[in-house]
Amino acid sequence: MSKTAEFRTCPTTGLKVNLAAERLIKANAVAAVVFLAIGGLFGLLVALTRWPAVHFLPADWFYLALTAHGLDVLLVWIIFFEMAVLYFASAVLLGCRIATPRWAWAGFGLMLSGALITNVTVLLGQSSVMFTSYVPLKAEPTFYLGIILFAVGALIGCFVFFGTLVVARQERTYEGSIPLVTFGALTAAIIAVFTIASGAIILIPTLLWSVGLVAHIDPILYKTIWWAMGHSSQQINVSAHVAVWYAIAAMVFGARPLSEKVSRMAFLMYILFLQLASAHHMLVEPGFSPEWKIFNTSYAMYLAVLGSMVHGLTVPGSIEAAQRSRGLTKGMFEWLRKAPWGNPAFSGMFMSLVFFGFIGGISGVVMGTEQINLIMHNTLYVPGHFHGTVVAGTTLAFMAITYLLIPLIFRRELAMQGVARWQPYVFGIGVAGISLFMMGAGTLGVSRRHWDMKFADAILPFDYPSAAELMMGLNGLFAVLAAVGGVMYVVVVVKSVFFGRKLAPDEKPSYPEVPPAAAVVAEHGSAKTLRIPGTTMLVAIFFLAFVLYYFVNWKYLSEVWPLS
Amino acid sequence: MAITPPSERIWWKEPIARVELIWIVIAFTWGLVMFFMMIYWHGAGEQNLSSEAYQIKAEVFAERTQAMIDEHTVRDESGFPVVHPPAGSDVYMMARLYQWSPILELEKDQTYRLHLSSLDVQHGFSLQPVNINVQVHPDYEMVMTIRPDQVGEYGVVCNEFCGLGHHLMVGKIYVVDREEQSDE
Ligand code: HEM
Ligand SMILES: [Cu+2]
Ligand SMILES: [Cu+2]
Repeated sequence: MSKTAEFRTCPTTGLKVNLAAERLIKANAVAAVVFLAIGGLFGLLVALTRWPAVHFLPADWFYLALTAHGLDVLLVWIIFFEMAVLYFASAVLLGCRIATPRWAWAGFGLMLSGALITNVTVLLGQSSVMFTSYVPLKAEPTFYLGIILFAVGALIGCFVFFGTLVVARQERTYEGSIPLVTFGALTAAIIAVFTIASGAIILIPTLLWSVGLVAHIDPILYKTIWWAMGHSSQQINVSAHVAVWYAIAAMVFGARPLSEKVSRMAFLMYILFLQLASAHHMLVEPGFSPEWKIFNTSYAMYLAVLGSMVHGLTVPGSIEAAQRSRGLTKGMFEWLRKAPWGNPAFSGMFMSLVFFGFIGGISGVVMGTEQINLIMHNTLYVPGHFHGTVVAGTTLAFMAITYLLIPLIFRRELAMQGVARWQPYVFGIGVAGISLFMMGAGTLGVSRRHWDMKFADAILPFDYPSAAELMMGLNGLFAVLAAVGGVMYVVVVVKSVFFGRKLAPDEKPSYPEVPPAAAVVAEHGSAKTLRIPGTTMLVAIFFLAFVLYYFVNWKYLSEVWPLS
Repeated sequence: MAITPPSERIWWKEPIARVELIWIVIAFTWGLVMFFMMIYWHGAGEQNLSSEAYQIKAEVFAERTQAMIDEHTVRDESGFPVVHPPAGSDVYMMARLYQWSPILELEKDQTYRLHLSSLDVQHGFSLQPVNINVQVHPDYEMVMTIRPDQVGEYGVVCNEFCGLGHHLMVGKIYVVDREEQSDE
C-alpha cells in the first residue's frame, strides 16, 4: 500500500483520478466487453434457432449455446462491468487512491480464470445444464469450480471497494455524505456480498456432489438457495444501473437529484427488502404455503418495487429540473424534446429507463404475483421479462456510460462517432422487440429453453397456436437488430480503446459533450428548481399502464381450469 | 476547475420534494392493493395452486401410477396407455426422460386430485393451450385438485430443460363429456 499513489486531474470535471484505479477500471471494462461479444453471439444463435423458419442449430448445440449465453452475459459481462463501476464510483468520484490495488488485480485474475474455465467446460459439451444447473442435472466439476472462482474474485472486488471508501474517509478526500452515485454503488456492493454468500452455500456442496463426495442434494432446497443468489444478483444489477442513470444525468446535464433523501431511501429499500425475493421463483414448486408465498413476494418485492418506482420519478425528474433551470421551460416537454438525443450516453440511458420500467418492471411484478405465475412459469414470458430488465435496462445503461468512460477514463477520442450515435437506438429497439415478442409467445404458452416448438420428433403430436410461430419469427428479426446493435457497440469500443486518438493531457473531449457541470456527479446536494410537470405526466402514463396490465392478467388467469 | 466544496448537509436531514411524497404515497398504496389482491383471490378466485405435497420415493410413485394404469386403461395410443379413472378419484402423471405417462382421459366439470412427480430430474408440467404451468420435482409429489371445464384434447409440454431430448417430451390429457363414456 504505497502512500505515494499517482493521480491526474481531469481537464473536464476537475476530478482527481487515481491512476491505479483507472487501470483497474480499464481492465474490467475491456474483459466485460469481450464476454458480451461472446455471449451475445450465442444469444443470436439461440434466437435464430428459435425462429421456426430458420431453426439454425442442431439440438445439442442449441442447449450448449443457451447455457453459454446465460453464463457469459448474465454473469460475466455484467459483473465485470460492475467491478469497473465500483472502482469508478469509489476511487474516482471520491478522488482518493484505491485500497490494495494488488488484491483488486488478484480478484480480476480469479474472475478471468473462473470465466475461462467455465466457458471451456461448457464448450466441451457434457455441461449443457443451463446457467441455473438445477440438480439432479449434473455438469462437469469444472463448471461449478469456474463459477465459484469467478464469485470469489468478485467478492474481493467488493471488499476493495469498501476499503476504498474507508481510505477516502480517513484521508478526508470528501466532506459530508458520499455522492449519490457512490451510495448506489455501495448498495450494489452490499447486496453482492449477500449474493455471493448464498452462492457459496449452494455451489460448494454442488461441486462436491459432482465429484462424488456428497451423496444427495435436495432439488427444492437447491432451488431456493440458488435463487437467493440468482435473484439478489438481479438487485445488484438494478442498483448498479440506477446509479449509472444518476451518473449520466449528472454528467450530461449537471443534474442533481430532486431530493437526496428520497433517492437514497429508495436505494436502501433494495437492501432491506430483497432477501426474501427468491420466493417468486418458487411460486409453482411443490409444498410452499400461500402465506409464505404472499408474504415473501409482496413484503420483499413491493417495497423493493417501490424503490424502483421512486427512481422512475426522480431520475427523469432530476433531468427535467436541470433542463428547466437552463431555460427550457416551454410546455410540458420542451426539456425532453431538446435533450441531446444525438449523444449516445443520454439516448441509451433514457431508453434504458423507459424500457426497464415499462417492459421489465411491469412484467416482473405481474409474473411475480402468487397466482398469476401459474400461467407464465417457464414459458418464454420469463426470458421476455428479463431481457426487458437486464438487457434493455442494465446492459443498455452500461453501454451508455461507456461512451463517457472512453474519453474520461480511457482518455481516447470516441471513434466512429456516427456509428456510436445510432448504436443505442439499434440495440434498444432490437431488445425491446425481443422482450415483447418473447412475452407474447409466452402468453400463448410457448416453453422457454426449448429447441423445437413444432415438436416434430415427439411421439405424441402437439401444436402451439400459429400466432406463436409468427411471434418467434418476429423475435428472430429483432434479435438480428439487437445483434447488429451489439456489434456496433463492440466495434466502437475496440476501435476507440485500442486504436483511437489519445487525448492530450489537458484536452477536453468534444463528443459526447461533457459540460463542466458534470462535476456534480461527485457532489452531494439536491436540485433547486422543482417544477417537473413533464415527468409527472410520464409517471402517470406508466402508472396507468401498470394498473391496466396487472388486471388484464388476472382476467387471463380467471379463464384457466379451476384448481386448488 | 476545482471541485466546489461539497455541501455540509447530510442526506437524511434534507427535505423531501412534495411531488416525490405524493408519488411515494400512491406507489405504496398500489403495493398494498397488489398485496390484498392475492389474498382476495384465495377467497374469491378459482385458481389457487395447492400447497399439498409429500416426499416420495420414485419407485413408490411409479407403483401407484402403475396401479391406476392397470385398473383403468381404456385403450392404447402410440404405445401410451390411455387411462379413464373414475370422476373424483386420485389420478397420477409421471414425468421421466423424455415422456409423460400415462395419457389421462378426464370428464368435464368433474374434480380430480392430480398427483405429479418425476422419476429422474426436474421437469415442467405445461398444460396447453390452457396454460397451466407447474414445476415437477423428483423426490416430491405435488397434489392438486383440478376441474377441467372444457372438452378437448390438451398437450402436456415439458417446459423445464431436462436433457438433450427435452423437446421430445409431450404428453396428453383428454377431456370428454360425461355421457360419452360409460365406465366399465
Ligand atoms: C443480441 C442480444 C441478445 C439476444 C438476441 C438474446 C436472445 C435470447 C434468446 C432467444 C434466449 C432464449 C430463450 C429460451 O429459449 O429460453 C435468451 C436467453 C437468455 N438471455 Fe439473452 N439475448 C441477448 C442478450 C442478452 C444479454 C445482454 C443478457 C444479459 C445481460 C441476456 C440474458 C439471457 C439469459 C439469462 C437467458 C436465459 C438462459 C436460460 O434460460 O438458461 N441476453 N436470450
Ligand atoms: Cu422433461
Ligand atoms: Cu424437459
